[in-house]
Amino acid sequence: MVVATIVQAVTMGLRQELARDNNVVVLGEDVGINGGVFRATDGLQKEFGPERVIDTPLAELGIVGVSIGMAVNGLKPVAEIQFSGFLYAAFDQLLSHAGRIRMRSRGRYTCPIVVRTPYGGGIKALELHCESGEALFSHIPGLKMVIPSNPYDTKGLLAAAIQDPDPVIFYEPMRIYRAIKQDIPEKEYFVPIGKANVVQEGDDLTLIAWGAMVKTCQDAIEKLNNKYSIELIDLRTINPYDAETIINSVRKTGRCVIAHEAIRTSGFAAELIAAINEKALLSLEAPVARVTSPDVPFPMAKLESYFLPDVNRILKGIEKVMIF
Amino acid sequence: MVKRVLKEFKVEYLQVLDENGNCDESLMPKLSNEEIKKIYEMLVLVRVFDQKAFNMQRQGRLGTYIQFKGQEACQVGSAIALEDKDFVFPMYRNSGLLIARKHPIVQVLQYWGGDERGLRSPENVNNFPIAIPVGTQVPHAVGAGWATKLKGIKQVSAVYFGDGATSKGDFHEAMNFAGVFNVPVVFICENNQFAISVPRKKQTHSETIAQKAIAYGFEGIQVDGMDVFAVCKAMKDAVEKARNGKGPTLIECFTYRMCDHSTSDDASKYRTKEELEEWAKKDPIERLEKYMRKKNLLDDAYKENILSKSKDIVEKAVTEFEKMPAPDPKDIFRYVFAEMTQQQKEEMKELFGN
Repeated sequence: MVVATIVQAVTMGLRQELARDNNVVVLGEDVGINGGVFRATDGLQKEFGPERVIDTPLAELGIVGVSIGMAVNGLKPVAEIQFSGFLYAAFDQLLSHAGRIRMRSRGRYTCPIVVRTPYGGGIKALELHCESGEALFSHIPGLKMVIPSNPYDTKGLLAAAIQDPDPVIFYEPMRIYRAIKQDIPEKEYFVPIGKANVVQEGDDLTLIAWGAMVKTCQDAIEKLNNKYSIELIDLRTINPYDAETIINSVRKTGRCVIAHEAIRTSGFAAELIAAINEKALLSLEAPVARVTSPDVPFPMAKLESYFLPDVNRILKGIEKVMIF
Repeated sequence: MVKRVLKEFKVEYLQVLDENGNCDESLMPKLSNEEIKKIYEMLVLVRVFDQKAFNMQRQGRLGTYIQFKGQEACQVGSAIALEDKDFVFPMYRNSGLLIARKHPIVQVLQYWGGDERGLRSPENVNNFPIAIPVGTQVPHAVGAGWATKLKGIKQVSAVYFGDGATSKGDFHEAMNFAGVFNVPVVFICENNQFAISVPRKKQTHSETIAQKAIAYGFEGIQVDGMDVFAVCKAMKDAVEKARNGKGPTLIECFTYRMCDHSTSDDASKYRTKEELEEWAKKDPIERLEKYMRKKNLLDDAYKENILSKSKDIVEKAVTEFEKMPAPDPKDIFRYVFAEMTQQQKEEMKELFGN
């Protein structure tokens, strides 16, 4: 076991996979000699050489596009996009190609790429460095989308993503990159894609979150001081999401709040609420509440605390559902 | 103060066989008489196919079809220079290329008939599914070529696109990566003078498309795209260069679309009859026939025989295509992921019951 932050867990996961399989390559802007702007690839080029840990030109479409070609021809590219706000330049490549290659070639070619990218707000970053675009990527058939919330899951999910036979978008919660330290095994282990984590069990209300919002939910639960018994679910995978765990929990508690950093309209909470309506409507004691950011562009640093859901907004959501 | 020329560039043009079938033997690619006949037979076959597919669309027996008449030499002449194991990334106007690359004709028909099974490459060749968006396939060829370098195998990647695609960022980012990483890839631009209705001159202010390679640090050449020998020569040189670790090449095949953009287009709205007639004189097949006649490689009987053989091959494929059972509807779920998701399983049950 070794104590690691999320960003260190990323490095450990990458190192493990680079060592395990010669077909794994890491590519992106500044990932080589600089070790990445967040140091996620620190030391990897020195260890595995510039052929496998590759500094690319500054071109996100190109990075994802050539990764697709590499994957089609037998490599396992792990591309880093410096901030998720820059990934949209490659959206066409993901939507028109990555998610459709297995289908269009009837299984002859596959596209096992991983695109890692830091996402999320709360660190007073520049414009377009803070958004949560998970719902956009969840709407692309053939793409998987995962978001870890702690160091243990980060390493296990990253290994699972790299060994997955299909394309995976790997969102890394920038705000808590170094905020959480955890003992994690140095040896290989997997956190399966498509499986949510019941962080804590409870009987009164199901609280669902992912990424950095899991930590905010934990803080909210602590502040509740046992007023209610909350079941906290960390979704971990956005697509394909673990409906079973959610439905079982809501059937038990009868109440549900979903918290996400992304804006409300067509946010992923909407999809989860639809699933709850389809499968657990008669168990509900109250309408499911959403605690989200409002439908406005992500504001700059001075106003971001008004935009992002915080402990108080989550508590308000919980109260609303509990007293319905 | 210093002012000096830092670098000067040149762009070459290559024609081996002129419109009258005169050949510059010094520029001729290494081809045996048998190989020349094979090239001719393939040119005829793909043209017969193209016409048949167009007719079938008009009769309602195929969906939207993209013709390539006039561009046969670009596709057949370049395919001949590749090995089966090499990787080809075609675009929608490349049915001729696919056929020249051993893609069964029945599968090409299947695809244009709305059946994705047609896209699956035969096991012995590497034909990537054709790209429908313009130019987005160019980076894939670079990635696939790059992979061979890391895996230490000598496999070349070839990617096909039109003049319109050279306006897209995908093309430029891919060219840039190929130059920086010295990737074994050949970029083949079939410059057919029009992107639907927009003429080449409005697509780029560059005098040639070939010269765009210069900006990325590698060689670009313009060839007469109606001259199958010129295409073949440039392609053989580019493939050999790539295979020997000497990097990428851009080949601009200067050609003409002797047909509408698609079966939904009417090119008479934006092109003149006179222009079409001028280009028709450059026809790649007629030109090769003239040459072969001079070399005693072709007479009327052989010509008739090849035409009727080609028609037979295509008719047989059409019969097979029309007898083909429809795809299993459940196939739409089967190839999205290696394993179906829970959501997909439920959706499949909802659509089809169990």
